[in-house]
Amino acid sequence: MAMALEAQKTTALTGNEAAATALRQIEPDVVAAYPITPQTEIVQLFSTFVSDGLVKTEFAAVESEHSAMSATIGAAAAGARAMTATSSNGLAFMWEMLYIAAGLRIPIVMPVVNRALSAPINIHCDHSDTMGARDAGWIQIYSENAQEMYDNLIQAVRIAEHPEVLLPIMVTIDGFIISHGMENVELLQDQVVRDFVGEYHFPYPLLDIEHPKTIGPLTLQDFYFEHKREQAEAMQRSKAVITVIADDFARLSGRQYGFVECYKMKGAKYALVVLGSTAGTAKYVVDELRQEGEQCGLVKIRVFRPFPGPELCKALADIKAVGIMDRSDSFSTQGGPVFAETKAALYQASNQPKCVNYIYGLGGRDIEPSLIRQAFMEVKDLATSNAVGGGIRHLGVRE
Amino acid sequence: MKQVTGRPTALTDKPFHYCPGCTHGIIHRLVAEALEEDNLRGKAIGIASVGCSVFAYDYFNCDMQQAAHGRAPAVATGIKRAWPDSFVFTYQGDGDLASIGIAETIHAASRGENITVIFVNNSVYGMTGGQMAPTTLVGQKSTTTPSGRDATLHGYPLPVCEMLQVLPGVAYLARVSVSSPAKIRAAKRAIKRAFAAQLRGIGFGLVEILSSCPTNWHLDPVKALEFVDNQMAAQFPLQVFRDFE
Ligand SMILES: Cc1ncc(C[n+]2csc(CCOP(=O)(O)OP(=O)(O)O)c2C)c(N)n1
Ligand code: SF4
Repeated sequence: MAMALEAQKTTALTGNEAAATALRQIEPDVVAAYPITPQTEIVQLFSTFVSDGLVKTEFAAVESEHSAMSATIGAAAAGARAMTATSSNGLAFMWEMLYIAAGLRIPIVMPVVNRALSAPINIHCDHSDTMGARDAGWIQIYSENAQEMYDNLIQAVRIAEHPEVLLPIMVTIDGFIISHGMENVELLQDQVVRDFVGEYHFPYPLLDIEHPKTIGPLTLQDFYFEHKREQAEAMQRSKAVITVIADDFARLSGRQYGFVECYKMKGAKYALVVLGSTAGTAKYVVDELRQEGEQCGLVKIRVFRPFPGPELCKALADIKAVGIMDRSDSFSTQGGPVFAETKAALYQASNQPKCVNYIYGLGGRDIEPSLIRQAFMEVKDLATSNAVGGGIRHLGVRE
Repeated sequence: MKQVTGRPTALTDKPFHYCPGCTHGIIHRLVAEALEEDNLRGKAIGIASVGCSVFAYDYFNCDMQQAAHGRAPAVATGIKRAWPDSFVFTYQGDGDLASIGIAETIHAASRGENITVIFVNNSVYGMTGGQMAPTTLVGQKSTTTPSGRDATLHGYPLPVCEMLQVLPGVAYLARVSVSSPAKIRAAKRAIKRAFAAQLRGIGFGLVEILSSCPTNWHLDPVKALEFVDNQMAAQFPLQVFRDFE
């Protein structure tokens, strides 16, 4: 293991390049994809690897995302490790197949480069695409930066294919902000990744002539319910598996991941909850505020599905007020999805901090440190006054 | 001095964002001239697709609706059914029309929807950076086929007009090019014929226009037009596939 740690190479890569590198090292048997900004580069780079003979993957440039996901499901069910990647409307166009992949318990791993959904048409980052798919039955892992995208993709293969899990996983990065921004990324050696992910064994592959089978037959009142309950139980079981794989990966890479990441939460009286690249900006603001003597901290959600309810309650156990940041709106009038679910989780907690929701960054609207500072100051106000929480605020929008 | 030509009133004053040598601009102008000559500005509704021409709504001086990638003929169907007296056209690339939207294309044609489709075939997905499209020629390099399209791996170019010509709902169907002044004039005549099919209520009209993408083909504008003439037109012959009396 020490060998693996030493052999890591630091390279400057964009988020998309980091994702494509992970795909190359994972070397799936089949990749089927359709281009969409800002995901395009991942698949394009991958097709270059195919054409240069660096991977033995079958690459199919299909006619739409609906077909891309269908082909990926077909390949994975047939017994191949299969992947695709998408963004925004591409993910929306996969909708039908997302539910089918999860319902069939097909362990696909898919990078998603977050981009706003139409309409109005927009190519920049927000989380409306993956948040819209939050109840499709997929595990969702959000990455803060290129390094996390790389690390999460490699772990996702093991999590998805674990016999206790067998669920598809989407691993996200923020469009343009991370997908097209260049950072230092520590890369494991090809062979180390290959050994880590191992061989793909779908437990029920096709062409096992001793055991002919049908994948996805009709079930009605008789068995549909049991299938769905099993699916929910697999999602529940994935929590333990995600932890085990994170520990395995930490031994290999020196990088430890959890469901949530607490940043300077020790002694914090108020905090923000974020996911994605904004965590990076928020950490910078926390550092500044801490220097000024403020008692603030940050909780980053890495795994959104399964939702880390208990982990969040623990992280927020000593907090008086929390600002929960959403880069998408649910239009439920109850705030964004991160807000609604965090609040629901806190209902079970012994400490119930005051909560406020910040909807921010829609359609790629920049989230500057000054805006995050403003949010922190408002949350501090909530923590130190008699004001009641629960409101929904919009950060950085024109009135 | 007598003014003999000018910018068609069916185009706004906004300068095109297209790359130098891209023929999207010429095709916009032809559509605008046809709209103007047929006096359609008051009743024309255009559907902008997703592709390099996504900003078509900024250029055509009429009502425009932005459709999701590939869905333009279905959106056009809805508009035309709601406003049967309007004039409805879509403006779509080959990725939009022949790839993700091929089902909408075929079914709008098959239903004989009384709409006009302007189909710009530049043999790649221009907007997303030159990936292989269904129309990419065998041997043609693209960013997803860096060694050239290999028919055994990637299949063959999709001949949209040849496929649609068997459908009785199609009133007018032609493939043209804009690689020379004579061809540009022929393209304009085809567009006006397709317009006429809709105006007379005869049925679905589609004009496929072979177009250049110098940027993604890595050719200068002149060489790109030669590629249209020599390579693309060999695979996609220029002809009128269906006409009416
Ligand atoms: C559902 C969906 N998938 C993918 C995309 C990304 N996308 C935008 S334009 C385009 C291809 C456009 O190519 P084409 O229609 O040939 O037009 P051109 O840009 O060449 O004029 C793609 C794949 C999208 N916007 N929506
Ligand atoms: S990328 Fe190609 S199709 Fe798009 S504007 Fe440039 S030349 Fe035209």
